Amino acid sequence: MSGTIALKPGSLARHETLSTHEPAWVKGVLIGIALTFFAVFLLLPLATVFAEALRKGWGAYAAALVHPDARSAITLTVLVALVAVPLNLVFGVAASWAIAKFEFSGKRLLITLIDLPFSVSPVISGLIYVLMFGAQGWFGPWLQAHDIKIIFALPGIVLATIFVTFPFVARELIPLMEAQGSEEEEAAVVLGASGWQMFWYTTLPSIKWGLLYGVILCNARAMGEFGAVSVVSGHIRGMTNTLPLHVEILYNEYNYAAAFAVASLLALLAIVTLGLKTLVERQTHRQQQEKNELSGE
Amino acid sequence: MSIAIRNISKQFGAFKALDDVSIEIPSGELVALLGPSGCGKTTLLRIIAGLEYADQGQILLAGDDTSARHARDRQVGFVFQHYALFRHMSVFDNVAFGLRVKPRRYRPAEAEIRRRVKRLLELVQLDWLADRYPTQLSGGQRQRIALARALAVEPKVLLLDEPFGALDAKVRKELRRWLRQLHDEIHVTSVFVTHDQEEALEVSDRVVLINKGKVEQIGTPESVYDHPATPFVANFLGSVNLFHGRVEDGQLHLGEHQVGAADGNDGKAVAFVRPHEFELVPGWAERDGLPATIVRVVSVGPSAQIELSRSDGELVEVSIARDSFRLLGLGKGDQVLLRPRHIRVFQAEAQAA
Repeated sequence: MSGTIALKPGSLARHETLSTHEPAWVKGVLIGIALTFFAVFLLLPLATVFAEALRKGWGAYAAALVHPDARSAITLTVLVALVAVPLNLVFGVAASWAIAKFEFSGKRLLITLIDLPFSVSPVISGLIYVLMFGAQGWFGPWLQAHDIKIIFALPGIVLATIFVTFPFVARELIPLMEAQGSEEEEAAVVLGASGWQMFWYTTLPSIKWGLLYGVILCNARAMGEFGAVSVVSGHIRGMTNTLPLHVEILYNEYNYAAAFAVASLLALLAIVTLGLKTLVERQTHRQQQEKNELSGE
Repeated sequence: MSIAIRNISKQFGAFKALDDVSIEIPSGELVALLGPSGCGKTTLLRIIAGLEYADQGQILLAGDDTSARHARDRQVGFVFQHYALFRHMSVFDNVAFGLRVKPRRYRPAEAEIRRRVKRLLELVQLDWLADRYPTQLSGGQRQRIALARALAVEPKVLLLDEPFGALDAKVRKELRRWLRQLHDEIHVTSVFVTHDQEEALEVSDRVVLINKGKVEQIGTPESVYDHPATPFVANFLGSVNLFHGRVEDGQLHLGEHQVGAADGNDGKAVAFVRPHEFELVPGWAERDGLPATIVRVVSVGPSAQIELSRSDGELVEVSIARDSFRLLGLGKGDQVLLRPRHIRVFQAEAQAA
């Protein structure tokens, strides 16, 4: 009988060997540079956001957040994320499933296409939709004739957001699913499981942390996207402004306190995302270790 | 339930994995598919299970053509080489899986599921591990749980892919004896894939030897070992000495030496002699036999392994009982005549296949 022996924290840490041992001052300088960089380029701006936001006191801060325009921006941002994230979740799982479990022609092309939004400037992503659905675009006249508004309206913002956040879930899952192979799924099928039961009982539990990780990143990007959304939104106050766009407008109007107050919301979102991400990473790591133990024999 | 494999062919790109394979497996038998890696044996097993589709041919289970049936409807049990246990489920839930995913009208009540899982865990002698997770088990335990899980759905046919491949030598020996006993207890028609000839010969009722996607021979372990039908089988089963010579008047000749009686047509021939089928005659004085010089002697265990060098430099392996070897009083550097008691001869052309 073999039990699992819990590893003591730190026992996985890399041992310094003589050949890789550096003098103390080298270590000090390297750590110093890294920390200074971190402080100047990350910590300082973050602190500035909150400091500027609160410069005129909590009252002004709260007022900026409950302003109807700000409230509508928050609602719109949440709404867009609520549509874009689930769609990309379904797409991401389907695409990674297809790529990891099946052999088909055009597989390489599909992998490249999934990465496309990462390699294209967000502004171009927005412009694509303007070119397609804008007043002068391919489908523009038809859409106008049927009184359907896509550009400078909610559907355009959702489309642009979906496009930009498209790769997050899939990119997280493809390597995970490829590494796991399909033996467990095959075992489930031979035991009589239906396709859905196979997915629910074997695939999902083994990818759930990777999936959650992808969803968190996808959501952060969906709520924070500026470029693509800016092109298709039309910046109509109280109508088509998302949070990042609202910050820009306030800033351009020299309304700094309000701009930073709204920006602090996005900064908070980033911090929460970071925290969740770390938690999930720890879980995935644990799962990975279990898996290694399982196939280690 | 009997399995009939009829004219199965399968191609992966340009690679012919299976080429017109036909095997009949009667109900209740334990059959080994034996062959070198890449010979197509695992592909054949997966085709029987429905995890892979054949390009041609049919699979009949109990006389029913199941070629077009989905794996989930074939009622086969499959044990994977790396177990494929559900790692996020306890041992109990793993074994219960096949029962719990049944459509509601066929699904047994939870109490009945519990009873059956418990009985299966007792059958594989691991009922005390029900609450553990796969990561907490040893390789041999995982293998037995995988078997219990496959048996839970009361399969008509049990298929095992290299069931002992990932285990260490000692556990492997224990488990294969145990598998044989289990099979004698439950009598489900079983097919297992292996590249280990010892395993195949020890465990199975019949052995199917496969090479390069084709069946070379089917028979009981004794018959395939004693009467190999092809040079491949002779070569693959156990260690063997290979001689290239010619047959004249029922005698095998190697160069100017007359080695011994060999049945077969006259002409160039490939001959196989197993290490334990030699007689050693000290000295080179007599006419019959193949002259050789002892190079090395390993005298551990019940028999002595003797390595000899022929005059042309080729090595011959001989194994004789330690006591008989001691009586001969031979040692390293001595000259002997090798006299095979049994020579298997194949026409030289057949070797090309």
